[in-house]
Amino acid sequence: MLKENFKKTQTASKGIKRVRTSKPAKDKNSDKIHIPDGLFKKCPNCNEIVFVEDVVDNSHICPVCGYYFKLMARARISMVVDKGSFEEWDTNLLTEDPLCFPGYYKKLEKVQSVTDLDEAVITGKCTIRGYETCIGVMSSDFLMGSMGSVVGEKITRLFEKATDKNLPVILFCCSGGARMQEGTISLMQMAKTSQAVKRHSEAGLLYISFLTDPTTGGVTASFAMLGDVILAEPEALIGFAGPRVIEQTIKQKLPEGFQRAEFLVKHGFVDRIVKRKGIRKSLAYLLASAGYNKKGDE
Amino acid sequence: MAGKSQKESVADELFNVEFVDRDELTPWDRVLLARDKERPYALDYINGIFDEFMELHGDRAFGDDGAIVGGIASIDGKYVTVIGQQKGRSIKQNIKRNFGMPSPEGYRKAIRLMKQAEKFHRPIICFVDTPGAFCGMEAEERGQGQAIANNLYEMSSLETPVLSIVIGEGGSGGALAMAVANEVWMLENSMYSVLSPEGFASILWKDGDRTAQAAEMMKCTSKELEKLQIVDKVIDEPKPADVKDMESLNFVLKQEIINFLKRYEKITPKQAAEERYERFRRF
Ligand SMILES: [Zn+2]
Repeated sequence: MLKENFKKTQTASKGIKRVRTSKPAKDKNSDKIHIPDGLFKKCPNCNEIVFVEDVVDNSHICPVCGYYFKLMARARISMVVDKGSFEEWDTNLLTEDPLCFPGYYKKLEKVQSVTDLDEAVITGKCTIRGYETCIGVMSSDFLMGSMGSVVGEKITRLFEKATDKNLPVILFCCSGGARMQEGTISLMQMAKTSQAVKRHSEAGLLYISFLTDPTTGGVTASFAMLGDVILAEPEALIGFAGPRVIEQTIKQKLPEGFQRAEFLVKHGFVDRIVKRKGIRKSLAYLLASAGYNKKGDE
Repeated sequence: MAGKSQKESVADELFNVEFVDRDELTPWDRVLLARDKERPYALDYINGIFDEFMELHGDRAFGDDGAIVGGIASIDGKYVTVIGQQKGRSIKQNIKRNFGMPSPEGYRKAIRLMKQAEKFHRPIICFVDTPGAFCGMEAEERGQGQAIANNLYEMSSLETPVLSIVIGEGGSGGALAMAVANEVWMLENSMYSVLSPEGFASILWKDGDRTAQAAEMMKCTSKELEKLQIVDKVIDEPKPADVKDMESLNFVLKQEIINFLKRYEKITPKQAAEERYERFRRF
């Protein structure tokens, strides 16, 4: 393994440049070559081999071309919250299998062991620059961040607990939509979560919805679009219907940039784009502006 | 019953068979019945059940969506707000109705009428019948996801009783956006699902033709959803609902709706909202 990595050093070392162009990524799915986690990884946009450490230090942005690496939930949490402040909630809820879907539990177990997640969302409490807040982060590596009964329940409980504790909620959304393996029960999660958001809002509390790539389907059509403030990462795909479904429906190709975060800002559905390096600052500003006080030092 | 192509009238086929045992209909048969062109649509029920109906138009922001009709109706001496997802039978009608696939302005019209009902203490009755929310470019530009989300959000706390009846297709979030109700009923041969059997089959087996098998697996029929307590009541269809012969079905529905209204007269508007919250909290 180590040898393998060193071999890559040889071929890659001259490619590591510490310049950052502001040119954003064009095609995020163009490359499928997998380089094992470790010291190096390959940027799917510019194909350069880069130090993982450099990428992490750079808010998971390619130091060469500025590409935003996909951020899984745990990496997102450690990037956003104050060090050591995260307290995780509701980690062992039981998944329903109303359709007796063949192999569903087995698949869940497998994904759980690969991702170090119990479900497609992590929820809990943290501080961000000293401001105490409830937080949820969805993860696209867990069955495409799809929403089943447990995801719906964890998010509902997040809002209920936040309402009880008089705390704001920050939710990083990322989902392919409803979880088909749970049938109509997964559809009901849209109503369940939305009504919990409503009660939280009626208690006068702030909800910041942060949309990341991709946010589609039932998640877009429920809590993702219900924030008091809706932020998004640059170029994140955000929509109700997926681009392929739309192309099949209208039988033509979608224009460049359709359903990207910038498109949603233009059409009035997202408040603003926030770059990765500005996330903590923006969230702290919004928390302060809503009247929340710092709990301690960051 | 074997699966049939969608183009034939499934109900007609069934009428020709003298000894159809309803219990022998497969889930896929019921899906085809739910989509049948001879099946009554929202306005057929509205005109048949209510004594009067005055349609009201528009979302006050962009336009008037033909895929959703709504207005004020009277029944048993009481006023109610009625909203329905409306399909068309002819090509011309379907252009107007967009095949029953609502656009964001349709959902915004629906919630506007619901808030109006709440203000004037009218119960709300929704007829759900859509293959799904419209998946076009304009719908995305105008915020299809936001429109549906906002309906779920606002419906959850409406301080007036809400009844939703799935009469045909209950297609995913596009249907749910009119079904956050105190009671959800389904006609026997309607369906309610997170995606179409075609979509389910193509994701699961990469084969959009294995629809019958998908329908079997999805538990999207009225009886199965009643068992899962997603649906509170199933309205029997002794014969598959037929627009040419709706009298007895309308009679039953009218009685059931009147009973619903009587039940909810005893409950305060706040209790109605609380009860609805608890209903969806269970899932
Ligand atoms: Zn790069």
